[in-house]
Amino acid sequence: MTQSIQLQRKPEVQYLLRVGDTALILAQRLAEWCGHAPVLEEDIALANMALDLVGQSRALLTHAGTLEGAGHDEDQLAFLRDERDYFNATIAELPRGDFAFTVLRNLIVATWAKLLWEQLQASSDAEVGAIAGKAVKEARYHQQHAADWVVRLADGTEDSRRRIDAALAELWRFTPELFDSDAVDAAAHASGLGPRVADLREPWLAEMTAVFMEAGLSVPAESGFRSTGTRGVHSEHMGFILAEMQHLQRSYPGGVW
Amino acid sequence: MTTTQNEWPLWEVFVRSKAGLDHKHCGSLHAADPKLAIQMARDVYTRRQEGVSIWVVRSDQIVASDPGDKAMYFDPAEDKVYRHPTFYELPKSLDHM
Repeated sequence: MTQSIQLQRKPEVQYLLRVGDTALILAQRLAEWCGHAPVLEEDIALANMALDLVGQSRALLTHAGTLEGAGHDEDQLAFLRDERDYFNATIAELPRGDFAFTVLRNLIVATWAKLLWEQLQASSDAEVGAIAGKAVKEARYHQQHAADWVVRLADGTEDSRRRIDAALAELWRFTPELFDSDAVDAAAHASGLGPRVADLREPWLAEMTAVFMEAGLSVPAESGFRSTGTRGVHSEHMGFILAEMQHLQRSYPGGVW
Repeated sequence: MTTTQNEWPLWEVFVRSKAGLDHKHCGSLHAADPKLAIQMARDVYTRRQEGVSIWVVRSDQIVASDPGDKAMYFDPAEDKVYRHPTFYELPKSLDHM
């Protein structure tokens, strides 16, 4: 077994890993649909999105490794960190659920990611700006595709409506975490690296509400629950997904395609 | 929910490549409605940079010639080589016709 790497917790590194890890972990969850989606066409669509997210994650992890300055590459960062050194939003690590759960989670995360990438295009870090310029187009499509599905399922059959309602009840309490600002965030804002995520909440809620109106869904009340994945404290699901993701790299150190 | 009537309709997909002038038929897929058919076509048929524009059309809207008419429709053209514009002497100044 390969030893874990020790991450240097610089604020700018943690800021980028919040975005990069959210993409990485959600990609892993979406990839679980490969061969299992309701129809072939959607199977390919979900795998495409997973690959978009892997690409975004690779770029961000590579750059985070450069900023960290400890010589860690994208593979080491993706596969050799301990659980508490991952900073993805908790919502990304929740088990894949049914198709309604998957498309609603994609809508929540893609809308957040799109707004974040739009702002990151103007980052003081030119590399981050370039990554954002490419990623924002992918996020726009992810958002549109997910929104179309949420409307269809909510306005579809009794069964599809029941599933969307259940997914919304389960997922909504994980959304405040996406907009929790802290010292990491403040540092990024001050240096011009990226926006405070708290500032994304209003436009995010406006775009979500527009989809919900079309779908005939109401925005749930905000709960007092706070998930903390972006600070490295994860749900019970995180250990299992990491075990699966890390198995190969830990068993066959340095293995490449 | 298992009867074929409840399956999504079939769509034919036409993609125009970056350098191409016309949309070319590239396959078919199932989708619930036109908007989703376009998105599905994007995901299934343009993921390797195959295109910059997509058309979809419901397969049941296409009127096709009957394979049984093949001999009557197409064979008579076989011995009419004079219909090909290859028998003209072109002036030398027209190099690139």
